[in-house]
Amino acid sequence: MWLWFHRLASPKHFYRVAERLNPWLGSATLVVLIVGLYWGLVIAPPDYEQGDSYRIIFVHVPAAWMSLFVYAVMAGAGAVTLVWRLKVAEAVMRAAAPLGAWFTFLALVTGSLWGKPMWGTYWVWDARLTSELILLFLYLGFIALQSAMEDRRTAARAGAVLALVGVVNIPIIHYSVEWWATLHQGPTVTKLDAPSISLTMLAPLLVMALGFLLHFATTGLIRARCELLEGEARSGWVRELARRRRT
Amino acid sequence: MTPRRKRRLYLAGLVVLGMAGATALFLTAFQENLILFHSPTEVAQGKAPTGRTFRVGGLVKEGSLQRGDEELRVRFVVTDTAHEVPVVYNGILPDLFREGQGIVANGKLNGEGVFVAEEVLAKHDENYMPPEVTESLEKAGAQPPHGPGGPDGSPQ
Repeated sequence: MWLWFHRLASPKHFYRVAERLNPWLGSATLVVLIVGLYWGLVIAPPDYEQGDSYRIIFVHVPAAWMSLFVYAVMAGAGAVTLVWRLKVAEAVMRAAAPLGAWFTFLALVTGSLWGKPMWGTYWVWDARLTSELILLFLYLGFIALQSAMEDRRTAARAGAVLALVGVVNIPIIHYSVEWWATLHQGPTVTKLDAPSISLTMLAPLLVMALGFLLHFATTGLIRARCELLEGEARSGWVRELARRRRT
Repeated sequence: MTPRRKRRLYLAGLVVLGMAGATALFLTAFQENLILFHSPTEVAQGKAPTGRTFRVGGLVKEGSLQRGDEELRVRFVVTDTAHEVPVVYNGILPDLFREGQGIVANGKLNGEGVFVAEEVLAKHDENYMPPEVTESLEKAGAQPPHGPGGPDGSPQ
């Protein structure tokens, strides 16, 4: 087990494992997302108060969860980058950033579209919305930092510091609705007692969350592979790979 | 783990801890500015700002909503069950606005202690359930989280 784990730290081995996983993850993503969307948009009952407009949670909530999860992955890879200087961790960190930024953007936009009819406003500067917007800026700052620095390894280390510093925002986003008076509602699913959502709505929500997670795993691994190829372009295994592909 | 890696690990941990500490201090210091709205109790205790715009949040008291005949002008009472603030508002109310529902109003207190709102937002709660569940809850005599149906009382 440890040996297997250690071998993943080698770019060549990681690339091969990711390449083998990708088609499986990709098809699982497709199936789970189709099931989740049909279940959520067609089978699940309307809400007693919001009618059909609540159905945006099937995109909004998984996107918001993923925006936090992807950041945690990025910061975790950042810590490994700083301490162990693993190229694989650098690639994972770089691969995660734009995906996380898109999840954050999606959560903000869907929330805003729901907010107009339900709250009566697209945007309000409450603690939850503001901290999620800061998360988007953290992602964008990380991406900008990566493209601003010439040397990939220096850029990765600088990005890792930024990712670690920003990790303090994650618990703030999660607890913002409990610590401060916000317009955003409190947690429905992730609280200690029973979720305040009917099981007929919770089930498709969890399926959608799984679909989003699989989607992140698929695209994240594809992007990490590209990062590894770029970073290792001069090494033997990449040349070998390129030569085999050409013939 | 080599000593160098160990040192880097401690350094990374220190960065995270330091950042967490600094943020915690910052957030505690600015506690007052981070809340979106004041409760009617805070207004009664005089903690809410006077003479400038602020937000008040609470539940719309059951039976307190009065609509004008022709215009959009509405009067209602916002309560946190301990204290109450009367509100007047002239404008379009959000879909989720109804008696018993949580709202956040933005405006000013006038001389008579009436809150003149410029904007009224509905605060949605964290409950999601199909309409049939609310119906059966009502039949069983239990209170649903708050009143079912649309603003006019009809189910949506």
